[in-house]
Amino acid sequence: MLSIKDLHAEVEGKNILKGLNLEIREGEVHAIMGPNGSGKSTLGHVLSGRPGYEITQGSVEFLGKDLLELDTEERAHLGLFLAFQYPVEIPGVSNMEFLKASVDAVRESQGASAYDTVGFMRRAREACTAVDLDQAFLKRGVNEGFSGGEKKRNELMQMMLLEPRLCILDETDSGLDIDALQVVASGVNAMRSESRSFLLVTHYQRLLDYIEPDFVHVLADGRIIRSGDKSLALELEAKGYSWLDDGEVA
Amino acid sequence: MSQEQIDRAIAKDYAAGFTTDIESDTLPPGLTEDTIRFISAKKNEPEWLLEWRLGAFQVWREMVGPDWAHVDYPEVDFQSISYYSQPKSMEDRPKSLDEVDPELLATYEKLGIPLHEQEALAGVAVDVVFDSVSVATTFREKLAEAGVLFCSISEAVQQYPDLVRKHLGSVVPRKDNFYAALNSAVFSDGSFVYIPKGVRCPMELSTYFRINEANTGQFERTLIIADEGSHVSYLEGCTAPMRDENQLHAAVVELVALDDAEIKYSTVQNWYPGDAEGKGGIYNFVTKRGLAHTNAKISWTQVETGSAVTWKYPSCILRGDNSVGEFYSVALTNNLQQADTGTKMIHLGKNTRSTIISKGISAGKSSNAYRGLVRVGPTAKGARNYTQCDSLLIGDQCAAHTFPYIESKNPTGIIEHEATTSKVSDDQLYLCQQRGLDPEKAVSMIVNGFCKEVFKELPMEFAVEAGKLLEVSLEGSVG
Ligand SMILES: Nc1ncnc2c1ncn2[C@@H]1O[C@H](COP(=O)(O)OP(=O)(O)OP(=O)(O)O)[C@@H](O)[C@H]1O
Ligand SMILES: [Mg+2]
Repeated sequence: MLSIKDLHAEVEGKNILKGLNLEIREGEVHAIMGPNGSGKSTLGHVLSGRPGYEITQGSVEFLGKDLLELDTEERAHLGLFLAFQYPVEIPGVSNMEFLKASVDAVRESQGASAYDTVGFMRRAREACTAVDLDQAFLKRGVNEGFSGGEKKRNELMQMMLLEPRLCILDETDSGLDIDALQVVASGVNAMRSESRSFLLVTHYQRLLDYIEPDFVHVLADGRIIRSGDKSLALELEAKGYSWLDDGEVA
Repeated sequence: MSQEQIDRAIAKDYAAGFTTDIESDTLPPGLTEDTIRFISAKKNEPEWLLEWRLGAFQVWREMVGPDWAHVDYPEVDFQSISYYSQPKSMEDRPKSLDEVDPELLATYEKLGIPLHEQEALAGVAVDVVFDSVSVATTFREKLAEAGVLFCSISEAVQQYPDLVRKHLGSVVPRKDNFYAALNSAVFSDGSFVYIPKGVRCPMELSTYFRINEANTGQFERTLIIADEGSHVSYLEGCTAPMRDENQLHAAVVELVALDDAEIKYSTVQNWYPGDAEGKGGIYNFVTKRGLAHTNAKISWTQVETGSAVTWKYPSCILRGDNSVGEFYSVALTNNLQQADTGTKMIHLGKNTRSTIISKGISAGKSSNAYRGLVRVGPTAKGARNYTQCDSLLIGDQCAAHTFPYIESKNPTGIIEHEATTSKVSDDQLYLCQQRGLDPEKAVSMIVNGFCKEVFKELPMEFAVEAGKLLEVSLEGSVG
């Protein structure tokens, strides 16, 4: 589904990704861990097409398409979703309006008919309940005055409604209380399917207790320096990243 | 979003840029006493009105144009403007829409204003001003049943001369300002509304204006009188075809709300703003003012998206005790547009209240200024004003300015002023695009959200129109 080969990317003239390789097949859950500033969020933004990043080398193929050739919204239309580490606020635009516009835009691009308003509102309310947010959040401005945890749940709600093919969750578990963590985990688990894949960026092994990954990768200094199964996460939890530095990086 | 995308979006053509070919009976350019006599004679006006016009002309000749506004434009050559034009096919007024020039109807069709549909669906009485003469007036009968008078001002001069004579210039005197004086001298046509005592106007009254003749100044004159305890909601909307020459538009609108009456006046203004280089576009110098008597309420709502230069301050004189004035405004400028707009709330009566909500959106290289005056006179015991003035910047080449003036001569008055400036951020656009929205849709959604407080004041069918106009104007304002 997603094939990243020798990806190099820079921002503001600074090299961040330095030859990253990653292969994600349909239905797989991959977790990426790694020290602060190693380039995890950058990877998410490069994949989703945030302006300002320059790809200097490498290729990314997503569902048979050259991902790097596509506009940001075209990538979303293909089914790429990024839950942001720091979701921004859009004052005055209600969550419901935003959700409807997004879902309409994605469905339209895929040639599917738009949901009727009543039908959509019912779905939105269900998603709202699923992420354990009060219905009032649908009427509030997008992320406007939401707490950190509420913003994260809101990202998850958008993901549920958009039904993407590849879900990239950038530290969606950070800043969540223990109940919220379970909400996020069960939301993700409910969405797992043969045709949908996940890329989870996290600092905590704990999330992976709830969402069992097929693969765990360590990203350091712009490259994946170690890949393994979920036991790698446990090992990292116990030993930290320096253990890898010593062994893998000269 | 990248600068390139912004530029691409900005480059879109003005959707309403086309002209209709209708033979006109147009006066050659120039302005003298004879011009005024010609206009007056053409309209078969009574002597007093001719004198009134000539008086205004005298005053105007001694005045100079205002130079205090935060706008910059070449001097207008008033001798190069034609002051009268009339679609020829209208010499005999049509009795119904079937008799209206089909080309004219097609023009409205292109603008998305299907008259037939509007009549049927919205129940709106439409008094269409095409160039200088009203060409179609509908729903006359239903309004007549309620005793509401709604017609062109030329017609009102013939049919209700006493009402016109009593109120014309009573709110905006001829010598009020340069453009008001000019309008008083040469006004072409406009709307007249009278709502009798205690009557609630059974429908929204609506006028669509459209400048059509090249090089023809437009000088509408609107007079709305709401008698004691009556209620009326009036809608004004306009859009203009693409032109190279700058066109002057100097309208005067006077509202009179007698005791316990309420007037709601809504405008969507989409005159041609000029091209991306600032060539062409309408100069929109408007004087709008309402006079509120005891317990009366006047509410202005405006969505200003067009014109090259806008100079406009719909105001309320709160003369009667407990009278209320409101001003809700969205002003959007793009490319090289300039707007200096706002309001004046003049508190004279006791316990008068006013609310000002202004939303300014600047994009491209445009300049957008809010200018508001709140004056509490010595007699205005217990007067209150609340002003909220928000600016939204799109891109980094535009400018927003706020000029609030507060004059309080009564210590019991309470005046509150809040102002904010924000920017449509790249991160907001990125979020929207990541969720599948194209940049234009994203910006229009963000801007609509910003304007929500004002849009909710618009009558339903107009709110849709406003959103549409905003979107058209924003094609290009992204950043
Ligand atoms: N716009 C920018 N200008 C300069 N440096 C940047 C910019 N954006 C990111 N960086 C740098 O790139 C590096 C990688 O950042 P990134 O956000 O991808 O890290 P991360 O792995 O997600 O870290 P964390 O675990 O703290 O979220 C950091 O050193 C960061 O400072
Ligand atoms: Mg990060």
